[in-house]
Amino acid sequence: MPDGRPDLPVMHRILREPRVLFGLCILGLMCVAAILAPWLSPHNPLEQDLLFSFLPPSWQENGDPIFFLGTDNLGRDIASRLIYGTRTALIVAIVAATLAALLGTILGMIAGFYGGKIDMLISCAVDIWMSFPAVLLSIVLVAVIGAGLHAVIIAIVIIDWTRFCRVMRAETMVQKERDYVSSAITIGLSRFRILFQEVLPNLLPLLIVLLTLEMGIAIVVETILSFVGLSVASDTPTWGNLIQEGRQYIHQAPWLLGLPVACVVLSVLGLNALGDGIKEVIDPESRQ
Amino acid sequence: MSNSYFFNRLLLAIPTLAGAVTITFILLRVVPGDPIAMMTGPGATEADIAQLRAHYGLDHSIAHQFALYLGQVITGDLGTSISLRQDVGELIIGRLPVTVELVLIAMLIAASLALVLALTGTFWRDRWPERLVDSFIGIVVAIPDFLWALSLILILGVAMPVMPIFGRMDLTVSFDSWTNFYLTESLLRGEFEVTRSVLHHMVLPAVSLALPLMAITTRVLKSCLNAEMNREYVTLARTRGFSRLKVIYSQALRNALVPATTLSGVQFTFLIGGTVLVERIFGYPGIGNMAIDAVINRDLPLIQGLVLTFAILFILVNLLIDLFVTFLDPRLRHA
Repeated sequence: MPDGRPDLPVMHRILREPRVLFGLCILGLMCVAAILAPWLSPHNPLEQDLLFSFLPPSWQENGDPIFFLGTDNLGRDIASRLIYGTRTALIVAIVAATLAALLGTILGMIAGFYGGKIDMLISCAVDIWMSFPAVLLSIVLVAVIGAGLHAVIIAIVIIDWTRFCRVMRAETMVQKERDYVSSAITIGLSRFRILFQEVLPNLLPLLIVLLTLEMGIAIVVETILSFVGLSVASDTPTWGNLIQEGRQYIHQAPWLLGLPVACVVLSVLGLNALGDGIKEVIDPESRQ
Repeated sequence: MSNSYFFNRLLLAIPTLAGAVTITFILLRVVPGDPIAMMTGPGATEADIAQLRAHYGLDHSIAHQFALYLGQVITGDLGTSISLRQDVGELIIGRLPVTVELVLIAMLIAASLALVLALTGTFWRDRWPERLVDSFIGIVVAIPDFLWALSLILILGVAMPVMPIFGRMDLTVSFDSWTNFYLTESLLRGEFEVTRSVLHHMVLPAVSLALPLMAITTRVLKSCLNAEMNREYVTLARTRGFSRLKVIYSQALRNALVPATTLSGVQFTFLIGGTVLVERIFGYPGIGNMAIDAVINRDLPLIQGLVLTFAILFILVNLLIDLFVTFLDPRLRHA
C-alpha cells in the first residue's frame, strides 16, 4: 500500500505495467463491443437463414466473406452473436461484481472494525458459506430463483460476497491499528465516520483489485449457467449459450465452440492481468 | 498420532453437515413450481396429486417436513428420487465410485505436476526455467476448470483427435462391474483392456480438473521452498558439501511441504465442486452430472441427497489433508 495520497506517481506506475495495459485493452474492446453492438454487428444476431447454415469462418475453405466468423446450425451469424453476447457478459460482470463487492465490503469492514461478537457471527457465516461447492450452490440457487439474468446476478452476489468479506475484514483489522485511526478517535470522530471516511479510502486500491478479479469470475459463472441452460432464454446470444450450442456440433463445426470459448478465455485472462498488475504495483510484497 | 486431534476434527464436521442439511432443506422448500405437478401428466386428477403429495411427505407443515427429513437422514434413508423413481441412496452409491476415482486421479495429477514444477522453479531459481514456470502458472491459474475442459476438447479431441471426449470408456469394451470402481476393479481382476480404456477416457476430465489446482499448489509450494532455501540449515548443508539438488530434495522439500499442504489444502476441496461441470461437459456418469439433471428436473430428494454427499466428500478431503500434514510433521504426530 503506498504511503500518503494515492496520487500521480502510483497511477503512472500502474499505467506502465504491461499486464494492466493488456487488461485495459481487453476491457476497452469489450465495452466498445457491448455499447456499439447494433452498429458493429454485420447481421441481426437472431436472423436465421437455413441456406447458409454451418458456414465456416471466412478464411477457411468454403467460407463466405459476408459471414466473417461463419454461421451456426440455423444460419445465424456468429460474429454478430458474439458481439451481442459481450453485452450480457459485461452487464453481469459489472452489476454482479459491484453488488457482491458492496455487500462483502460492508460486512467485512464491520467485522474487522468492531470485532467481538459481530465479527464472530460474520466470520462464522463466511466459513460455512465457503464450505459449499460454489458451482453446485449457484446451480441450486438459480433453480430456486428461476432462470434469467437477474437470477444469475443474485446467485453470484449471494455466493461471492465472501471473497470480499474475508479480505476486507483482514485489511480493516490492519488499518485499525494504524496511527491515523487512533488520532481520529482522539479528536472524537464517531466510529461510523472513521470507518467510512478514514478507513474506506485506504481499502479502495485493494477493493479495485478484487473487483476486477470478480468481474472475470462473474463472466465465467454466467457462461456456466448459460451452458447448463439456467441463464437467459436459450435463443438470446450469450457466450454460454453459444458454447452450449457449439458443444452439440463439435465434430461438424468446431468453430461454433472454439470462438465463444476464445472470447471467454480472453476476457478472463484480460481481467485477471488487470487485477494482478494493479495489485503488484500497489502491493509489491505480493510478488512472491 | 494423537487420537483426540482427529476426534476433534470429526466433531467439527458435525456443524458443517447440519448446516448443509438445513440450508438445502430451506432452499428447496421455497422452490417455485410444484415438483408433483411436473411428475404427473396433465390428465392427473386432484386425488392422484394429493396421494403423491402424501407419499412424498409434502402435505405436512414445513417444520414437520424438516423433522421427518432429519430423522430419515440420520437413519440413512434419503427418500425416493422423483424423476428416476429409485432410492436416492442407491442411486448415489451407484454413481459415487465414478466421481471418487476421477477426483483421486485428478488430485494425483495436480500434486505430482505441482511437485515437479515447483522443484524445477526452485532448482533453477532466477534463471529461464523459473521464469518459464512462472509465466506458465500465471496463465493456467487464471482459467477455471470449465474453460480448460472445453479448450482441451477442442485441442486434443477435435483438432488433434487423440483423446476420447465423451463417456467413461469405449462402447466396444464391456465390463460387468460389481463395485462400479472400474479402474480399481479392472486392475485387480487383471482386465487391462478395460483399465486402458477407462484411463484413456479419464485423461481430459482429470487434467481439466487438475490444471487450476496444480497452478495454485505450484505457486504455494514454490514460495514455501524459496523461504526454506534462505534458512541457515540450507547454507550449512551446502557448506558441508551437499549438492543443491540433494539439499532441496532431502531437506528443504520436507520442511516446505508442511505449510504448502496446509495452505493449498482448501483448493483440493474446490476440485470436488469442479466435477459438476467437468462431468457434464465430458458426459461422465458421476454424481456431478447427476446433480445438474436433478436440478433441471427439480428432483428435490435427489438434490438434497447429492448436496449432502458433496458436503461429506468435502469433509473427507479435509480430513485426508489433515492426516497428510500430521504424517509430514513429526511435531503434530507426537503432540
